Amino acid sequence: MARIASAIASRLVIIVPYAWLLFFFLIPFFIVFRISLSQTVIAMPPYTPVFDLAGGLSGILEGMREFSVDNYVWLTEDVLYFNAYVSSLIIAAVSTFLTFLIGYPIAYGMAQAPRSIRPTLLMLVILPFWTSFLIRVYAWIAILKPEGLLNQFLITIGVIDQPLIILNTNWAIYIGIVYSYLPFMVLPIYSALEKMDHTLTEAAQDLGCTPITAFWRVTFPLSLAGVVAGCLLVFIPAVGEFVIPDLLGGSETLMIGKTLWNEFNSNRDWPVSSAVATILLLILVLPIVYFQNVQAKADSEGR
Amino acid sequence: MKSLGSIRRSFAPWADPASKPFISFKNVTKKFGDFTAVDELSLNIYTREFFALLGASGCGKSTLLRMLAGFEQPTSGEIILDGQNLAGIPPYRRPVNMMFQSYALFPHMTVESNIAFGLKQDGMPKADIAERVAQMLKLVKLEKFAKRKPHQLSGGQRQRVALARSLAKRPKVLLLDEPLGALDKKLREETQFELMDLQQQLGLTFVIVTHDQEEAMTMADRIAVMSYGKVIQVATPAEIYEAPNSRFVADFIGDVNIFDGTVATAEDGRVRVETAGGVPIRMASSQKLSTGARAAVAIRPEKIRVTRQAPQHAPLNAAEGEIWDIGYLGDMTVFHIRLKDGKVVKASSLNAVRAVEDPLGYDQQVWVSFGEDAGVVLKD
Repeated sequence: MARIASAIASRLVIIVPYAWLLFFFLIPFFIVFRISLSQTVIAMPPYTPVFDLAGGLSGILEGMREFSVDNYVWLTEDVLYFNAYVSSLIIAAVSTFLTFLIGYPIAYGMAQAPRSIRPTLLMLVILPFWTSFLIRVYAWIAILKPEGLLNQFLITIGVIDQPLIILNTNWAIYIGIVYSYLPFMVLPIYSALEKMDHTLTEAAQDLGCTPITAFWRVTFPLSLAGVVAGCLLVFIPAVGEFVIPDLLGGSETLMIGKTLWNEFNSNRDWPVSSAVATILLLILVLPIVYFQNVQAKADSEGR
Repeated sequence: MKSLGSIRRSFAPWADPASKPFISFKNVTKKFGDFTAVDELSLNIYTREFFALLGASGCGKSTLLRMLAGFEQPTSGEIILDGQNLAGIPPYRRPVNMMFQSYALFPHMTVESNIAFGLKQDGMPKADIAERVAQMLKLVKLEKFAKRKPHQLSGGQRQRVALARSLAKRPKVLLLDEPLGALDKKLREETQFELMDLQQQLGLTFVIVTHDQEEAMTMADRIAVMSYGKVIQVATPAEIYEAPNSRFVADFIGDVNIFDGTVATAEDGRVRVETAGGVPIRMASSQKLSTGARAAVAIRPEKIRVTRQAPQHAPLNAAEGEIWDIGYLGDMTVFHIRLKDGKVVKASSLNAVRAVEDPLGYDQQVWVSFGEDAGVVLKD
């Protein structure tokens, strides 16, 4: 009996993440996907067909006959969407690269630091999360605006005499994304570097590498899994980012998150915004699948 | 004293005043904060020597090796290798290679690329690299495993890859840090002989760090016994075993019985020691000892005889006791004999025949005795 109970218990443990995925990802996704196949109407809810369970199975089948891919066709016809996707991908890629350039040295420094102060450093990386994301992004407005802290400082020390226009440009978005997502880059890289055996770099030096070549031939390749994880953790949310471009970016900045928000709230076009979301998801699934493969490969290599 | 060195092959550059040391540590001190890991240490190692640094953990032997490899800088003193002062030369420019205790194989590279790593770094032409790698794989008998990654190998195979990698660049000196520590006993013994053959074959200088005295005895031409950052004795394994220079060395290497006492007479190369337990001992010794000085006599268990009858020279070099414990090891039997004063003496005897009529048993009254050249007199 006890064995059966424990077998059931272990099944239950496995069920939890699947149930989570089912209720909070798959079902909502299918609702969105279904709406993306509908037509917009001025009604509540603002799309048709609406399934009425009272109509039974035949009613649902009747409704499904009205499904169309018009919204997807529409996305390809208006170049705005294509531009928004591409621009989002570019902005996300540039920000991810910048985050990597800043995050790797931080992670490396942390992993090289004396063991006793590593928890403190880790704490400092996580510390910004104690303040609301929104407030931190608002704070950047105060820093970056023409009469803001940064410009005042630069003018005071005499580097510039005219304020720099940073706010409402793509640079403000890069700064916002790099700042907000830095911990997601630092932590996986740190974890990869931290568990690395330091005698490996000694061995590389013993075999003739200078500290720099030892880094490129041994340390960096061995931290790649962490780099890939960090880049995806930054890239994926950055593509769909809405708050940062909305608050820091300019009116001409095109990002898919903003487009989606406009379709949904300003135009009340739920079916089109659902189609935008579905395509966005498909674009993001590819790097996730790639990441999974890299992870599986790294695991099979026993690292 | 009779020669003890001829047990091994006749290779003894250290005994020849004309030969120049290949590696010289001169008054080397290494401090980590307040802790002195290596203390004013001087040591010479000769070309083609298989040299072992032996000591308990924390005695500074690994630090010494790491200073030779360049991973640590001496706080004071200098290290000379082949006439060149190593001060300020980084590890990647030293003509030595090290085999790490953890092997430190690169997990993202195949066996082949691990071995080729140093050669590639030196910019050796590709064809030459391939040839050298093949040669190394053959040397360590891993031809079939060239394409494997380290995690797909057994412990013994990894050890051989590490060895091949450290030998690939043909270093002047190979440093081995506890190279066999991770292997099981049988494999370790096999590998010891493989390493010795390899060293002979390649004609390299090997410096090995180990805490395993048997390992050091088996492989090394000479052993430096270390304790708390100092070298206590440097000598051939036979000398270390048969003529330890101190109680520490006698006790550290192998089993030993130590009789404490005072010198009664010392003349004509013989010393008479009155021991605390009342056993009068006369031992051959060239040491200059003055009457009344404290001294200890160290005698190895295999040099102690156990008999039922009192030997003719009793009570000199003999004592009566009772068999306290018997350990049968197959090839030999170890007796623990409790003397009248309570001291327990270890004696071992070879089981030269399969069955003995009337063997010695527990609680029997016996005599332990030894000859005048069985032990060593140590100043206290």
